[in-house]
Amino acid sequence: MPIPDAEQLIAALTDQIRPHVTADTAMVGIHTGGVWLAKRLHAALGLSKPLGVMDVAFYRDDYGKKGLHPSPRKSEIPFDVAGAPIILVDDVLYTGRTTRAALNELFDYGRPARVDLAVLVDRGGRELPIAARFVAHTLETPIAPTDSLQLEEAADGALTLRLIHA
Amino acid sequence: MLNPQLSKDGKLAHLLTLEGLPKSILTEILDIAAPFTEVGEREVKKLPLLRGKSVFNVFFENSTRTRTTFEIAAKRLSADVINLNVSTSSTSKGETLLDTVDNLCAMGADMFVMRHASSGAPYLLAQHLRATGRDHISVVNAGDGRHAHPTQGLLDMYTIRHYKKDFTNLTVAVVGDVLHSRVARSEIAALTTLGVPEVRVIGPKTLLPTDVERMGVRVFHDMREGLKGVDVVMMLRLQNERMQGALLPSSQEYFKVWGLTPEKLALAKPDAIVMHPGPMNRGVEIDSAVADGGNAVILPQVTFGIAVRMAVMSMLAGH
Repeated sequence: MPIPDAEQLIAALTDQIRPHVTADTAMVGIHTGGVWLAKRLHAALGLSKPLGVMDVAFYRDDYGKKGLHPSPRKSEIPFDVAGAPIILVDDVLYTGRTTRAALNELFDYGRPARVDLAVLVDRGGRELPIAARFVAHTLETPIAPTDSLQLEEAADGALTLRLIHA
Repeated sequence: MLNPQLSKDGKLAHLLTLEGLPKSILTEILDIAAPFTEVGEREVKKLPLLRGKSVFNVFFENSTRTRTTFEIAAKRLSADVINLNVSTSSTSKGETLLDTVDNLCAMGADMFVMRHASSGAPYLLAQHLRATGRDHISVVNAGDGRHAHPTQGLLDMYTIRHYKKDFTNLTVAVVGDVLHSRVARSEIAALTTLGVPEVRVIGPKTLLPTDVERMGVRVFHDMREGLKGVDVVMMLRLQNERMQGALLPSSQEYFKVWGLTPEKLALAKPDAIVMHPGPMNRGVEIDSAVADGGNAVILPQVTFGIAVRMAVMSMLAGH
């Protein structure tokens, strides 16, 4: 299966989001791939509110089974969540569980006016009723559940999508 | 030898002491604690990790700060917290420690946070749980006798790392009543494991254990000599309640020789940090001018203590 070019997808995603951006729009990236992507989108869209980042390790639903994820990072939301329209950014949308965890975490900071989800790739396989408003690419043929599709950042900041076989 | 604190796959199962705990686990706890520090700044100061779990704070010895910070840590993780001040309840009616524990297990305990005047009591409890097939219940030592106070040691390491970044170029002095101090034992064990090249112990002969050098420290009986050029000064509380017999002439006399004054602190590096596990005896082991001065990080220690205890609890409960 051909892996789409991440840089082209970022450009397409930026164009999709741009008409919906207002002066109030805030953005939050989900660690790790979502943060890299959000940094690029945030700059390209020229959002005025500083970018927020979240690590959903403390909200994951597999904690009881798998324990705490190793090396969680700090979540930092440097704007007032209450009343803000927020674009939540992740690299790949799959089961929807990460998005669920991110929504729960976000609401612990306050009640946003609305939350939209923006992703580079939707790989299908949803296990929760979650949909993205902005999607740059949807995989036509599903990849194996054990495989992982993720974003990688090069030293010069260029992003690429990589398929990792378990 | 099997480390009683670790599970078969090498994960933290109980936290009983920092002695013998590998560097990788110490570092993991400190790394996990870092993101927890931010929770105190949210509108909802709670995380769902321990939702539905019951944490029993079983204190056979009085404590305010430690019990409170454990309680806050557990509550911020959404656990149900039950505080038992056992010194005033069943044991005074003759119940044994393990009978008390079995009763609390029957009430659905998932975790015990235990303080006890006898060294080794939390270890006894962990062994008892393992021997009776209740491995899913974990034990956190909140201070046992003169033995260990691992979460205090960890929060001290977190504080040092926060201000000094790297352990491997530091000179650290532990000052005062080491003999009666479980805090000192945990601190020295952690400092050594984390690679601090020079750990100094400063105190009068009567308040240092006779074999203290075996812990890998340099011993000083002259405070001025010992404080020269140090990066971190870790003061200990003079433990009046644990002392029997005349180890000291008087607390005024102690202050004169062993109290940390601005004049003595000036011998340390200018950016040295001053720590104290609390509760402080002002005018006994520490001068108010130092305790409230710019080098003191005593209150940040308390705040970091919550995050460190959250890290320990969430590592223990997640298996």
